[in-house]
Amino acid sequence: MRTTPPESGLEADQVSSAGLAEKLGRVAALTPEERVKQCSTPKEGGWRPGARWARQGRGQTVFEQPAANAAPTLPSQRERGDVEAAIACLPAHRRPPSRELGRSSEAAPNPFAGSMREMAKRCEAARHPFRDDTQDWNGKSLQQAIDGLPAHQRPSAKSLLRGNDVIADPIQAASRAPTHTVGHARARSPAKRPTARDGHNGEAGFIDPPNLARLAQMPPVRHHGEGPRPSSRQPEGRDGLDETGLEKGRFFQTGRQLGPLVRRVCETSAGDGEAGMAIDLPAVPAPARPLVTIEKTGARVELVAVCPASRAAGLRPGMALTTARAQLPDLDTRPADPQGDAADLSRLADTLARRWSPSVEMSDADGLLIDLSGVAHLRGGEEMFCRRVVRMLARHGVTARIAVADTPGAAWAVARYGTSEAVHVVAPSKQADVLDALPPAALRLEPGALDLLHRLGVERIGQLTAMPRAPLARRFTRAIVDRLDQALGFASEALDPIVVHDAIVVARRFLEPIATAGAIEQVLRDLTPELAERLREASRGVRSLELVADRVDGMPQRLRIGFARPTRDVPHILRLLLRRIEEIEPGYGIDAMALHVRRCDRLEAETLGPELVEETPPELGTLVDAIANRIGSRRLWRMRPIESDVPERSSRRTNPLEKLLARTMMSKPGDVGRLDERVANHPWHARWRRPARLLPRPEKVHHVLAELPDCPPKRFTWRGQTYRIVRAEGPERIRGEWWRRSTERDALRDYFHVEVETGERFWIFRRGDGVRGETGDLTWYLHGR
Amino acid sequence: MTSSSLPRLVETVRAIEGDARRDSAVLSFGVEPLDQRLAGGGIQLDALHEIAGEGANWADDSAALLFICGIAARLRGTVLWVLRSRDLFAPGLYQAGLDPDRVIYAEARDDVELLAVMEEGLRHGGLAAVVGEAKKVSTTATRRLQLAARDGNTLALMLKRPAKRGEDPFVVPSAAVTRWKVSHAPSPPAPWGGLGPACWRLACIRQRAGNPFELIVEAPDETGRIALPAQLVDRPVAAPGAALAHNAA
Repeated sequence: MRTTPPESGLEADQVSSAGLAEKLGRVAALTPEERVKQCSTPKEGGWRPGARWARQGRGQTVFEQPAANAAPTLPSQRERGDVEAAIACLPAHRRPPSRELGRSSEAAPNPFAGSMREMAKRCEAARHPFRDDTQDWNGKSLQQAIDGLPAHQRPSAKSLLRGNDVIADPIQAASRAPTHTVGHARARSPAKRPTARDGHNGEAGFIDPPNLARLAQMPPVRHHGEGPRPSSRQPEGRDGLDETGLEKGRFFQTGRQLGPLVRRVCETSAGDGEAGMAIDLPAVPAPARPLVTIEKTGARVELVAVCPASRAAGLRPGMALTTARAQLPDLDTRPADPQGDAADLSRLADTLARRWSPSVEMSDADGLLIDLSGVAHLRGGEEMFCRRVVRMLARHGVTARIAVADTPGAAWAVARYGTSEAVHVVAPSKQADVLDALPPAALRLEPGALDLLHRLGVERIGQLTAMPRAPLARRFTRAIVDRLDQALGFASEALDPIVVHDAIVVARRFLEPIATAGAIEQVLRDLTPELAERLREASRGVRSLELVADRVDGMPQRLRIGFARPTRDVPHILRLLLRRIEEIEPGYGIDAMALHVRRCDRLEAETLGPELVEETPPELGTLVDAIANRIGSRRLWRMRPIESDVPERSSRRTNPLEKLLARTMMSKPGDVGRLDERVANHPWHARWRRPARLLPRPEKVHHVLAELPDCPPKRFTWRGQTYRIVRAEGPERIRGEWWRRSTERDALRDYFHVEVETGERFWIFRRGDGVRGETGDLTWYLHGR
Repeated sequence: MTSSSLPRLVETVRAIEGDARRDSAVLSFGVEPLDQRLAGGGIQLDALHEIAGEGANWADDSAALLFICGIAARLRGTVLWVLRSRDLFAPGLYQAGLDPDRVIYAEARDDVELLAVMEEGLRHGGLAAVVGEAKKVSTTATRRLQLAARDGNTLALMLKRPAKRGEDPFVVPSAAVTRWKVSHAPSPPAPWGGLGPACWRLACIRQRAGNPFELIVEAPDETGRIALPAQLVDRPVAAPGAALAHNAA
């Protein structure tokens, strides 16, 4: 067959090696001038034309021009076609190497040559929102789904293309109106859209993320085995195992930042009653960022509590923090404080027991049981009572949920597993109806029993009540039947109310005002035994006592006395009180005096047995009290040895009554069997010389004459006086503690104990070992004497 | 005056003087020349003793401090140390035998408060010793402390500092049972070429029912015991080999 190219006039079968070389030369001659004609790239524009050979498909024509700017076919292109055909005919060993073919890559159109917006528009128009075979999560074709929609519901091309916008704060972004979000996306530069975030650079294989709105409309997919770890499921967290929870769990395993998607999903499900404990009370401000508290259990950091926003995003107590962070990168984490929570709950219980109801029980770590019998009408009925409590708590920033029922068990269940309303009042003797629909976890059962029930398919309490009781009690323990009875009111359950301690005050009022020290002393001598008796009745010892003397002119005189240990020793208290009588200014007279116990600790009755038969160390608490009340407790201390060789860190001040080592009175006086009573392995060494006084800050010494690296100095000058050293000991090398500060990693000090010619001794050191520069700058300091 | 009233009068005077109990406990130093010259054979345990450095320099102050420390270390029980400044170095005291578990530190703002805290500690009766660092102490205050020490059966040790620079710290008369001055002295060369124990010139300026004396001792070891130096200070320096032989012997 014969092909006649329009201008070359050459025939393929005539191509020989000589002819080929000739043709190559012609092609090479033609290309430079073509390049000048064709290249629209500025010469020093920094744009390196890419090789289109490599990028295009193999079957396509290499020099295909866009139809829009169709130009007459250039001679080099026609030539090149001939050459390629000719080369293809040659046997493999005779084909010229590609570098001889003059593979000078021709200029690709500069993507930045035109205006960016125009270019981006063109890209958008050219690219279909998604590939034809794109399927949604259900396996339906996305295009078909869109076509199936009525015209007014059909998403616009823009909203379909708007896929990869990363919204920094999912909560904030989701709270905006959808139209707002679209406008936000439009404001961005469209050139950013084919992002390289997913690694496909906007090229083939790129799947646009599905539209958020559409995704939210899709039915959830159930994937078993996903979601929070079953072993760490809290009873409260079990309600997170619904369909939406599983759906969220599936998303979160992808490792991609899908915050916006997740938020949308949750928002829809929030309408189904999955809103958690959120109560719309204006007094409880939502945190700026989703807030969770965390606790470390072993090597795993788990969530302990989650805020409504993060709960709506699918976080549950018991999840790992890493999983939570994968869902919400912008998570605000705080360490959990169970002791603080318990203390606050105890204070709340105390307040409720004082002002609202006489019997309040702390049911568990986050719940209280209040007996409403006979007190609800004082606050306008049960409903109003609960609303007031909720409002009071909301003022303090606490979100609460209250349920009222006939039995503690039913109230507990409804408060935790009932509706999401803040207050839920179960009508009298209707608890069985309400409980029927609740999960078995609402019965306060053991986790093991709950798992077993779950496996047996018991999902509601109603199923449980329908079962015959005897096999139930045999299969589980009696606990399940008991709990059921307690919740339904067939068995009694007594509350264990907290005991409210009243403040201990003893007071005297006088017919005539008193003004003399003698009279005040007499009153104190009367009051103190009374106070001790009150303390004894309450099994308490006073730690802080306040004497309030009310003057006739209304200016109370206050004296405060602290005690290092709880005490109710009358002579001791009296001694400290009487000493400070002179600080009271009686003015025109004192008409009332009172002793208020401001702080007290538990102090049980003590036996005196051992003190009668054997010698015990004398009680120092009274002495510490006496001195601390005179000079202040911060000026009284004991030194605790610290395991550190750095002198400044070798001791720390502690409480003077800290537990002593159990060796103070080990041997009897005069026992020569063991003269040295010091403990073994003391943090301080007994023979490595230390000075008796340490300068608070080492002082620099000058004119030091010392041989490097480790000879003691011969003389030095300190505070203007020169000392000549006659004897020395050292160096004792003390290294910096790298585990405290990184700057101490190389630093070290060489300490010398030196004696000057008059016999004075000094403890001086040099920074650095004299060999390596990073250990110190070789300056000398005086540190002790 | 009848014959029966004379012993009564003597008893009254003794009671006023505060020497009613002559059989009070003493703490001997374990150094023969020192214990021999002390009136009771040691430091009287229920009395006030004053110790000061000889000069105003640091070395004497440290020597006086460690001397006190050595005495307190050999007692049993807790020591209350009333300070004016916080530069005491507890590891240094530990090397003189005073365990940190046995010391309670109290910082006083002025001398009046210091004396009050000392008296509080002395009257408590459960302490082994009370140490105070004071500058200006009147005779009445020392008398008070002495009585408190006797009542509480507690040793009171006062580290006296001169009120003014260059002044004798013992210029004010005091009711203390003994008054000591400690000063540093050049220590003999150690056979190993390093630093041996420090040497002090220990001077008992005044003691009740005894004579003043002066002695050169070595600083306390880690059990708080002072010792006589092995070589006398003014002896000509022996050859290192001879010193070694002496030590070995």
